Amino acid sequence: MSDVENKVKEIVVEQLDLDVEVSELSNSSSFVDDLGADSLDTVELVMALEEEFECEIPEEDAEKITTVQQAIDYVTENA
Amino acid sequence: MTKRRVVVTGMGIVSPVGNSLKQAWHNISNGVSGIAPITHFDTTDFAAKIAGEIKDFDVTEYISAKDAKKMDPFIHYAMAAGHDAMVDSGLEVTEANAERIGVYVGAGIGGILGIQNTTETWLEKGPRRISPFFIPSTIINMASGHLSIKYGLKGPNLAMVSACSSATHSIGMAYRSIVYGDADVMICGGAEYASTPIAIGGFSQSKALSTRNDDPTAASRPWDLERDGFVLGDGAGVMVIEAYEHAKQRGAHIYAELSGFGMSSDAHHMTAPSPGGEGAARCMVNAINDSGFNADQFNYVNAHGTSTPQGDKGESDAIKVAFGDHAHDMAVSSTKSMTGHLLGAAGGIEAVFSVMAIKDQILPPTINLTNPDPECDLDYVPNTARDAPVGVVITNSFGFGGTNGSLVFNALSAR
Repeated sequence: MSDVENKVKEIVVEQLDLDVEVSELSNSSSFVDDLGADSLDTVELVMALEEEFECEIPEEDAEKITTVQQAIDYVTENA
Repeated sequence: MTKRRVVVTGMGIVSPVGNSLKQAWHNISNGVSGIAPITHFDTTDFAAKIAGEIKDFDVTEYISAKDAKKMDPFIHYAMAAGHDAMVDSGLEVTEANAERIGVYVGAGIGGILGIQNTTETWLEKGPRRISPFFIPSTIINMASGHLSIKYGLKGPNLAMVSACSSATHSIGMAYRSIVYGDADVMICGGAEYASTPIAIGGFSQSKALSTRNDDPTAASRPWDLERDGFVLGDGAGVMVIEAYEHAKQRGAHIYAELSGFGMSSDAHHMTAPSPGGEGAARCMVNAINDSGFNADQFNYVNAHGTSTPQGDKGESDAIKVAFGDHAHDMAVSSTKSMTGHLLGAAGGIEAVFSVMAIKDQILPPTINLTNPDPECDLDYVPNTARDAPVGVVITNSFGFGGTNGSLVFNALSAR
């Protein structure tokens, strides 16, 4: 697992208070459909990614980050 | 038409003297203070350095850590006290009764910790770092909201906000909702967490707080000559009240009847009581009249008694106006001498203590009353609890803005 992937998963597990190990979190997991997040949770998750990777994720991009893999890809390309 | 009778069937408490009904009442009836130096923040530059903080409290015993993150501490306390009250009542929420059960849990200040912290975040990091949960974690009615969500309670849902009368008004209005027929059961009370820098600082600047920092357990001393202001406390007091017939039908354990509610306004000053306690007296008279009891049937006043020089004298005078000569034949005490002043939760925990006084036939004491103010000459149950017949009780709350509330509880056998 790359550093970015690991860090993103750590943030997802912490922010959504998931009862799984970081290593067990599937990349295809959808925040809302699989991980029990609501719309406010996803806003806070994006804020945590911005904070960790010191970037600004515009609203229109944030809306497209709905899975763990999409978050990893976005951070890899933009941070 | 006769008024629908309302009874208390469940109680829960989170307080400086304990986070269970059993522990809190044990401490109250043994004169144990919950006041100590503030640990939540560095009080170096603050005039008041003491409070009744909540100790040994783990919110995850009541709700998930994920949910807890989205609530300010006052909501945590409401969830815990609400949970205990629901369990105590044995009430089962079903599809059939859910719409007839409501929640009124108020607060005076609510999420001031979150407001303070979020303001810091905004100033340091800008508006994009403000949490999407900021608003729903701090607004006062979310205590009622979260309780309704957790237990599926689909009846009326409100939070009275009237400073230090919030819980009393919430319980009183909940009682009215049952009497009027809007609901059969209400979960009601108050919650507060205000031992934060800006709240302690603000009350300090209005000269409301005791500065007896070197002797915390002696700082709250209602009607004592040496009283110098109130001590702030945190916590929640919540009760389940329901229509008498409803309680009987489901075989619920009944603690006491809630038979009277009175309100009034001083229309006098932002923070000072009206001269002679005139507004408070009218409030008590309204509650007495609503209860159907005569003034001389009352055994005990659980007073607002915050330990402020003006307030204690005003209330003492008001009791004499409301009860006449009988004022000297009844007991008056302030449990705030042990808990401190829980602001919008005060009326909640004091309603609980009033009911426990009836249940156990014990008058809780006013501790630290070693040098009584000669201008306050009622029986304040000084320093030690007393076994006594306790059939009819009135409990008072008076808030900034001159807003007053009184509740009357009685033993079923007192009718």
